[in-house]
Amino acid sequence: MAKFIGRRLIYLLPVLLAVTLLTFLIASLLPGDLAYTILGDQATPEKVAALRAQMGLDLPIWQRYLLWLWDVLHGDFGRSFRTGETVLAAVLDRLPVSIELMIFAEALGLLIGIPLAILCAVRSGSAIDRFLTGLAFGKLSLPSFMVAILLIYLFAVQLGWLPATGWVPFTEDPIGNLRSFVLPAFTLAFAEWPVLMRVLRSDMIATLQEDYITMAKAKGLRPARILLVHALKPSSLTLVTVTGINIGRLIGGALIVETIFALPGIGRLLVGAIYARDFIILQGVVLFVATGFVLVNFVVDMLYAVLDPRIRHGRA
Amino acid sequence: MTSLLLSLEGVSVELPTPRGALRAVDRVDLTLMPGHTLGIVGESGCGKTMLSRAILQLLPKRAKLAGSVTFGGRDLAALSPEALRKLRGPELAVVFQDPMTSLNPVLTIGTQLVETLQAHLGMERAAARRRSVELLAAVGIPAPEQRLRQYPHQLSGGMRQRVAIAIALSCEPRLLVADEPTTALDVTVQAQILDLLAREQKRRHMAMILITHDLGVVAGRTDEVAVMYAGRVVERAPTPKLFAHMRMPYTEALLAAIPKLDSPPHTALPAIAGRPPDPTRPMPGCSFAPRCRYADDRCREAKPPLIDPGRSGGLYACWHPLALPTGART
Repeated sequence: MAKFIGRRLIYLLPVLLAVTLLTFLIASLLPGDLAYTILGDQATPEKVAALRAQMGLDLPIWQRYLLWLWDVLHGDFGRSFRTGETVLAAVLDRLPVSIELMIFAEALGLLIGIPLAILCAVRSGSAIDRFLTGLAFGKLSLPSFMVAILLIYLFAVQLGWLPATGWVPFTEDPIGNLRSFVLPAFTLAFAEWPVLMRVLRSDMIATLQEDYITMAKAKGLRPARILLVHALKPSSLTLVTVTGINIGRLIGGALIVETIFALPGIGRLLVGAIYARDFIILQGVVLFVATGFVLVNFVVDMLYAVLDPRIRHGRA
Repeated sequence: MTSLLLSLEGVSVELPTPRGALRAVDRVDLTLMPGHTLGIVGESGCGKTMLSRAILQLLPKRAKLAGSVTFGGRDLAALSPEALRKLRGPELAVVFQDPMTSLNPVLTIGTQLVETLQAHLGMERAAARRRSVELLAAVGIPAPEQRLRQYPHQLSGGMRQRVAIAIALSCEPRLLVADEPTTALDVTVQAQILDLLAREQKRRHMAMILITHDLGVVAGRTDEVAVMYAGRVVERAPTPKLFAHMRMPYTEALLAAIPKLDSPPHTALPAIAGRPPDPTRPMPGCSFAPRCRYADDRCREAKPPLIDPGRSGGLYACWHPLALPTGART
């Protein structure tokens, strides 16, 4: 197993290097000169030239990339020219909010999706299966900003049970903190469960046809054990993949949902950086999000090996 | 006749297909005494696997079962799922054809054995593990303790089938159904597995149904043989009688299709010409008539019933039984 993890870690290095290169290119090739943005419209050409020289913007692009990469490897991601806040501090400040939201949303999505998927797979072709697959399909075509607005209208405006926007740190007001996550987490979970349900349902229907399920029945095992141990584990590879992709995406912040519910997460940081043309923050956040995505997928690869011993032993 | 362990009366299995209902098993009657062995022989698609699934009540959801399967005095079709579950393992067990697919690939051998013991015998985990080691050793698996932690893909086909047999035997069943237990295995290990099954059957005094397409397999290992063709039992007799005086031309053709060691090299193997009939289109006469060299108009018009002519001890369904003068019976 250690050898397996080691091999995968080595594969990770070129991927991460490519991530830094792409991130750098995206930020560098965006229209607009950083020096102009900082100095404003009134800047004289001399001043701009001086700032460009000071920031190293007059160097060839490959030199700038290597200098930046050198800094990044030393933990220096640069700082915002507007607020003076370092990229690292800005990301670390917002990260807990996005992670808390991600955990709630994924947990809810799985909690709704898995039982419904098992129900549909066991009763495949029945009325309940057709109803739930239809519902999931309908839900898939409903955008999250609409769900957010509907939830706000119902639970914040009409019933007044939950706050529509705002956020308080967990350390100040734990209950208030959790309450502020309920609606955004449900909004995200509503977009997650139909996908999770559909992939698990179809994998599980295929697994239930396998000989080893007939064998498990012939052994006289309880139906719950057959479904949850013999069928769920081998059916969950696609589910794990999709969940991993979702987690990776949500670590980078849920742009729309964080904006609607005014949650100060990574998504809001990114949107703010784009509006303010704060390229340094933008570059740092994109690098962070992409790296997070790669690492989550690495964990997913590891989970494959946990779920299926044939992968662990280098077969299949 | 209260000592019967298993009795099948008029068992039929119909499967819905796009071309209409397929009658996989057609009004089969069978009986089995405790501790006895029955061989069911026939070529692929003759309904022998569906018949075994009917006995085990493991038919596909859409299949329709008619007739009655009585096991230990109870009608299996009338049992609740929970009562049936409790029966499987300690009373009824099965070894499937392909050990590559019948063991769960993501669970260890130990888990798959221990869960069976725990489900029925209420054993503690540690006791169940000890018992599992004994069971693996009993079916001839070397280093059984290490095997418990291994996964099916780390074992050879023959070893996996031994594990499947250990699982089937774990709760001391009264009837073991072995559905082509050696078909998916290398020829060299086939005999070992069959001998293991025969040995354990005798040792445990358990009844066994051995399903195969190979008459050679049932020859020395069963008390009685039922030959199936197109969903019906076409001949049934005590094993020695069957091989000494077979009546049914199909049985004769099956036996002729087994390669013989004493044939000169390059002898053509007599295959049975043609193919089994389309089971979605029942024919009026004998199902084997189109492929039978003795068939005449009577065979094509009327289906011969499975009859017991007395004396010989065997049953057969044929208008022109072998080694008897034509029409002598009527």
